[in-house]
Amino acid sequence: MDTRFGLDRRVTLAGDFPLAGGGVLPELTIAYETYGTLNANRSNAILVCHALTGDQYLASTHPITGKPGWWTRLVGPGKPVDPDQWFVICANVLGGCMGSTGPSSPDPRDGQPFAMRFPVITLADMVAAQVRLLDHLGIERLAAVVGGSMGGMQALTWAVNHGDRVQKVVAIATAARHSAQNIAFHEVGRQAIMADPMWAGGAYAPDRPPAAGLAVARMAAHITYLSEEGLTAKFGRRLQNRDAVSFGFDADFQVESYLRHQGLSFVERFDANSYLYITRAMDYFDLAQPFGGNLARAFAGTASRFCLVSFTSDWLYPTAESRRIVRALNAAGAPVSFVELESPFGHDAFLLDAPEMNRVVHGFLSA
Amino acid sequence: MTPTPLRPDLAAVAAAVPEGARVLDIGCGDGRLLAWLRDTKGVEGRGIELDAGDVAAAVGRGLAVVQGDADTDLGDYADGAFDVVILSNALQAMQRPADVLAQLVRIGRSAVVSFPNFGHWRVRLSLTWGGRMPVTRSLPVSWHETPNIHFCTIADFEALARDMRLTVQQRSGLAAGRPVSLWPNLLADTGVFVLSR
Repeated sequence: MDTRFGLDRRVTLAGDFPLAGGGVLPELTIAYETYGTLNANRSNAILVCHALTGDQYLASTHPITGKPGWWTRLVGPGKPVDPDQWFVICANVLGGCMGSTGPSSPDPRDGQPFAMRFPVITLADMVAAQVRLLDHLGIERLAAVVGGSMGGMQALTWAVNHGDRVQKVVAIATAARHSAQNIAFHEVGRQAIMADPMWAGGAYAPDRPPAAGLAVARMAAHITYLSEEGLTAKFGRRLQNRDAVSFGFDADFQVESYLRHQGLSFVERFDANSYLYITRAMDYFDLAQPFGGNLARAFAGTASRFCLVSFTSDWLYPTAESRRIVRALNAAGAPVSFVELESPFGHDAFLLDAPEMNRVVHGFLSA
Repeated sequence: MTPTPLRPDLAAVAAAVPEGARVLDIGCGDGRLLAWLRDTKGVEGRGIELDAGDVAAAVGRGLAVVQGDADTDLGDYADGAFDVVILSNALQAMQRPADVLAQLVRIGRSAVVSFPNFGHWRVRLSLTWGGRMPVTRSLPVSWHETPNIHFCTIADFEALARDMRLTVQQRSGLAAGRPVSLWPNLLADTGVFVLSR
């Protein structure tokens, strides 16, 4: 039994890890899980990249929340990414708070948490860390890299920065850059965290986090993951455990109660500084920027095949952003499939039951 | 695995595609034709299709298919990006058929276009004697529900190709899938043209 493979793995890779922003991490720890068996010629590996607040618990029970893995609708027995067929890898991103090197990790130079001394990272850095992990696992080439939202951004970054190491790219509900609106919502979240006195310039103790600020950040962000149609269907103007409004500031409305619950439960499992760093990395994300703003040039010469999926009610990363990527891939002559699927559930649709998405991903991966 | 045989009108279109060509099929549906071309002629195929369910089905066949609209999205493709561009049984559903034709011969070194012939005798009969819009084998949907908004006859198409100064490399008429050489504008239910600039 190879101890590199299995659930709840963690590896520390010695040696400098240089970052796109110019900083250097003295070492790199990556927390990850693998599912299934790597075949003899190491050709069946699929890397699944998680979204902003996701983690490596892709298809196994989350150690804090006790909930099932975050993408068991796509990954698992009988699903498009079936561990019976594929060797599936999911790693906590660089900057994360579930075991990979991030702002809450101790700085090996003094043993204290990095906190705001942690260098600002990029999506390219996250992917470079995954490349290091693959080297450690002895995997030269991925059969596919799959991701939704920020995971899709990583998948696209794989194709641009490490195209020779990835055969197929599945990018769902994502974009090739953060828009002004995307950045704006993230900035609201960051300011909510930093306005919380408990944040203390990032130097809070692990048991005394800026919970109120982080909860508000999550509440604002959570709205962007839903749609007006979805919120109306789920809550409307219905009141929470009462017959009339209270003429006060309790959570009178169900939607308020729901958002407060989302905020509070998020604080249990996520680190505020990680939230700052990862949202920053997403805001800096613009795949075309190093190529003079020409996205087609970013993909020029790619040998990967691409599959993109968007959802009608996703206003966070709307279909127009996927189409922009498709146009660039077409201009670069890359084989690309794209479909916009009907859903009332907004950005979150990619994490919910989406039989058409599963059909597309299954067809794309097995062809 | 032997590929399933093609519908006769698609077979006529497929016959015009050379082995190993780079092919773009516009309005490719569930990818039947592209899959057949890949499996029997070794073409490198791409598709465009409006219907999400059909795109999903085509991707399920291992094809590279993009959901899109021929009326608006063809401008994204480079000049001469494909050896052959196919528009089968879709010209009559386009908002601007002439613009689409111009795009076809720009993107492809040649274009294969098939369409229902509105000059077919059944159509003429239906209008002349019945006084009703035709519902026939090649035009199965009532006028108020059909996506077809720009009907033409084989003669109309010839005239448009002439006006646009397109080169007609091949022309054929089909009746119930069989080639018609006599009076195609009257006896063929489908026209199949191979065009280039």
